[in-house]
Amino acid sequence: MIEPGEKQAVISGIGQSKIGRRLGRDGLSLSADAISAALDNAGLSPKDIDGLASWPGYMAEAPGFSPVTIGDVKEAFGFELNWYNAGPEASQLSQLINAAMAVATGQARHVVCFRTMIEATAMVSGERSSVITRGDARVGGLFQWQVPFGSVSASNWIGVIAQRYMYEFGKTRADLAPIALNARANGELNPKAVYRTPLTFDDYMAARLISTPLCLYDCDVPIDGATALIVSHRDVARDLKAKPIRIEAISGPLIGRDSWDQQPDPTRFINEAAAARMWSRTDLKPEDVDIAELYDGFSFLTVLWLEALGFCGRGEGMDFIAGGARIARDGELPLNTNGGQLSAGRTHGLGLVYEAVEQLRGVSGVRQVAGDPAVAVVANGGGNIASAMLLVRD
Amino acid sequence: MSEVTMALPRLDDVNRFFWQSGQDGKLRFQRCESCATWRHPPTVRCPRCGADSLAPTAVEGAGTVISYTINHQAWLPGMVVPYTIILVEFDDAPGVRLTSNFTDPAVEAHIGQKVRVEFQQREDVWLPRFAPIEEHAA
Repeated sequence: MIEPGEKQAVISGIGQSKIGRRLGRDGLSLSADAISAALDNAGLSPKDIDGLASWPGYMAEAPGFSPVTIGDVKEAFGFELNWYNAGPEASQLSQLINAAMAVATGQARHVVCFRTMIEATAMVSGERSSVITRGDARVGGLFQWQVPFGSVSASNWIGVIAQRYMYEFGKTRADLAPIALNARANGELNPKAVYRTPLTFDDYMAARLISTPLCLYDCDVPIDGATALIVSHRDVARDLKAKPIRIEAISGPLIGRDSWDQQPDPTRFINEAAAARMWSRTDLKPEDVDIAELYDGFSFLTVLWLEALGFCGRGEGMDFIAGGARIARDGELPLNTNGGQLSAGRTHGLGLVYEAVEQLRGVSGVRQVAGDPAVAVVANGGGNIASAMLLVRD
Repeated sequence: MSEVTMALPRLDDVNRFFWQSGQDGKLRFQRCESCATWRHPPTVRCPRCGADSLAPTAVEGAGTVISYTINHQAWLPGMVVPYTIILVEFDDAPGVRLTSNFTDPAVEAHIGQKVRVEFQQREDVWLPRFAPIEEHAA
């Protein structure tokens, strides 16, 4: 069998800008802060970088969702790029998959990957990137099957799925609470988290409903901020400043329907294929995982990821999280240890990778998971877009 | 929901039959004339058997609400909330679903509810919405 190429790739440096609500800064300067920090973390200079990748690439139609181009960053740093790539028709971690393939095939040696959002600032001017419709403009593609009926936000698409799931497995929204409560408990210890004040079960149950059964605390929080990671070939990362973290396995498939409402089983999504593909590329098993950083753009997706990745059986996700002890920082599977996107902010994918790398390096300070964690799983998306990755510290 | 702010679909050669099907009061989905598979959203070839024989085919328009959500968030200025979004499966078109609404916004949704299609025309589009069928009717 051909060795999966991503095993030649490591994350050699990580950086993050200030993360906050309405920082009032432009996307390029936040990106530059994150990338400078990642270069410094790895001990690399701009002239070492020969690859650049992002997802989804610049999106003019979605205010604040992805405001920076590859070209903007290249010009700001003077990178000389042997290879670059960004584009929206891919899964959230596609930039890491592409970067890993680029270093494995010799297209590049050190690839900067970045993800920048200024959604919080965009909302000040009345624009909400997550709502799919603009005045009288007509909609095409997948959105035409949702938007005419007022199903304009992912909270609507996922609300329908969560409602069905709870019906099938006899659960209520109280059973979903541990995801948000766990995120907040971890966020309290993260100085960068947007929300750090304690959240109780009663607060959760009293929260404003967004799209049943999802309430305010089941939805992540738009922020301004940028995250950067440097993916390097393992052979050129040995002497760098920080401990390299190896990409053991990574996957971003599109197996099943490219749709929110036409999956053969209405509550099973592409994340099952992403998890299965990821496990097929490694000898490691779910029981080898020390920490889990699983996408929580909506808390319900985190439950689906726990099942898809095999930490529990189908329909058992809400029993798995019940009481919260198992997923707590000192539990058997510490989950979303930075507060997740629910409390730390919607850094959209790379923020969870950043946290996994810090935990595996043992530099997470007061929120460091005990026991010297060496294997982390990171998952992103969960509906018709999903990717999963296993990171290892040797 | 504030009807005026909800964007309509952009019609093209592939989707036009669906969005204008209600003109004669009938709901249509694509069905493969070769292998009899129903397909939605519409496309240009049968992904199951490979034939290019997908044909708009009328269905009875009766089905079941398999899930729903009540949206409480006013996403756009002028949007009236709450409103209900339903997910419907069809008695005679297995494998396809529609996201939609009740024609009457006051109807309370429940999973398993039997419904029948009704069309609401806006501009050149006939939106398929649904009315509950009396569950104990003869």
